[in-house]
Amino acid sequence: MIFKSADSIDDFPPILTRNVHRRGSERIQVYLDHGGYQAARKALRMEPDQIIDQVKRSRLRGRGGAGFPAGVKWGYLPRESDTPKIIAVNTDEGEPGTFKDREIVEQDPHQVIEGVLIAAYAVGANRAYVYIRGEFFLGVKRWIKAIADAYEYGFLGENIQGSGFDLDMSVHRGAGAYICGEETAMLESLEGKPGMPRMKPPYPASEGLFGLPTLVQNIETLACIPHIILNGPAWFSSIGTEQSTGPKIFSVSGHVRKPGNYELPLGIPLREIIEFHAGGVPGGGQIKAVIPGGASTPMLPAEALDVRMTFEDLAAAGSALGTGGVIVMDESVCMVEVTRRLSKFFAHESCGRCTPCRIGSQRIFEILERMENGQGRTGDIKLLMNLVEGIDGHTFCPMGSGLVNPVRSALKYFSSEFEHHITHKSCLTPQKATV
Amino acid sequence: MITDPARQSQLLSALYIAQEEHGWLSPEAIRWVSIRLGMNPGQVLSTASFYSMMKLEPCGVYLIQVCEGLSCYLLGGAEPLIDYLSRELGIKPGETSSDGLFTLEVVQCLAACGSAPALRVNDELFENITLDDIDRLISRMKSGEF
Repeated sequence: MIFKSADSIDDFPPILTRNVHRRGSERIQVYLDHGGYQAARKALRMEPDQIIDQVKRSRLRGRGGAGFPAGVKWGYLPRESDTPKIIAVNTDEGEPGTFKDREIVEQDPHQVIEGVLIAAYAVGANRAYVYIRGEFFLGVKRWIKAIADAYEYGFLGENIQGSGFDLDMSVHRGAGAYICGEETAMLESLEGKPGMPRMKPPYPASEGLFGLPTLVQNIETLACIPHIILNGPAWFSSIGTEQSTGPKIFSVSGHVRKPGNYELPLGIPLREIIEFHAGGVPGGGQIKAVIPGGASTPMLPAEALDVRMTFEDLAAAGSALGTGGVIVMDESVCMVEVTRRLSKFFAHESCGRCTPCRIGSQRIFEILERMENGQGRTGDIKLLMNLVEGIDGHTFCPMGSGLVNPVRSALKYFSSEFEHHITHKSCLTPQKATV
Repeated sequence: MITDPARQSQLLSALYIAQEEHGWLSPEAIRWVSIRLGMNPGQVLSTASFYSMMKLEPCGVYLIQVCEGLSCYLLGGAEPLIDYLSRELGIKPGETSSDGLFTLEVVQCLAACGSAPALRVNDELFENITLDDIDRLISRMKSGEF
């Protein structure tokens, strides 16, 4: 069954992904031929405060997972012009189920460079570090070329477009650590250190890279900036809801006919993304569970699919928008195995700094592993819940909450499957695996 | 030792170069990086050992990394692909073949969930992988056409 709500938007014109399917979309000339860098030219004639004000009024919220209002963050950087300031661009996309940044990084680097240029001018930063996930080799290659071209065309370097504003930019390749997507861990990594999160405060806006005031922003957030400058904050905030404005790229994977990235307005019902845009479950299967915003967001049962994809609606439904990485699971899936697999990921990726996360993630994985192997013990569910409570809120960075979310939500909605594993040493729903 | 912060921020890049040149981050490669960046070798090793893409042991000519993430698993990837590669190459995950040609690794999400199952060979990503694709990849690697 194809589902469409009454107020559905069939053909939302892509904004952030409007270039990605063009031939040679990664090239500066193609970008310029389709209106590229006009927003930067406009912004460089505006007052920096005016730009920050427009971003504030657009009510753009960060797309990296936390959803912090971008304009407010920009306003936190010190105003004094004699303090060197930095922009650090977060493209360390590692949240399982998320592949939106990869598409922008590989297919449309100039849209982000333009966004970074506008942001840098607004906050008075003359140095930009772009941190790209190590596995995105193609993306890194394209960014090196894109930055060189931006210098050549006068969109980077000294006296950009005759404005008197200078900006230097370099690419830094990550090296395989999920935790470096956390902003302070990314700064540590950029400083050549193991990527372990810092305690906050101080926040990067006051003490960031090399101790300098730093604006850290996800690339999807920065990709929104040129469009806000060109079309105005009122246009941007007319898309979405009161608290969740603008377009969002949803990555849809798992049991759907057409997995992929879908750029849609915030506020669209989860069901519409899955059943209309991604084509629903193949083979007429029923949905059992959906992870709405990447592996670290609580999963939702099939009954919750009418939730609107906004920061506020998902929070009210007991989950989170996160990165917008939607993972769909049909009825053939064993939730104990799903939770075990997610726990293995987090146990592997814990940076080891905080004991609750380092040890707790490993213990959770071990318990789920033995449950899955038919060696679950009476009391294991209680033990899991004790670990969840012991970890959540007791770590430096949000990874502690992230790693307990799948466990807590799976136990909330699918406890009978866990109990069955313990009592019967077997699975209620054997997974069908075919390549 | 006083470390210039701008130089230190080149550490991961320098480690990638050393790894490319030496095939892996041997103690000699670590020393070379530390001298070039004016950093303590212990500091360099500390950083290198934190990151999974930094190889502190010799690695095969072809590093095959199979994703075991949830989305790959849901579409029949992960273990079936890993087991198949293991059988065909005669090595377990984490091992390198005796001829030094192949290293097999199990990795976490490759951000290719929309085109799962996925795997990487060296720096190249392969998506929507089937067992037939793996056969073709193996013969290309064995014949040196890769």
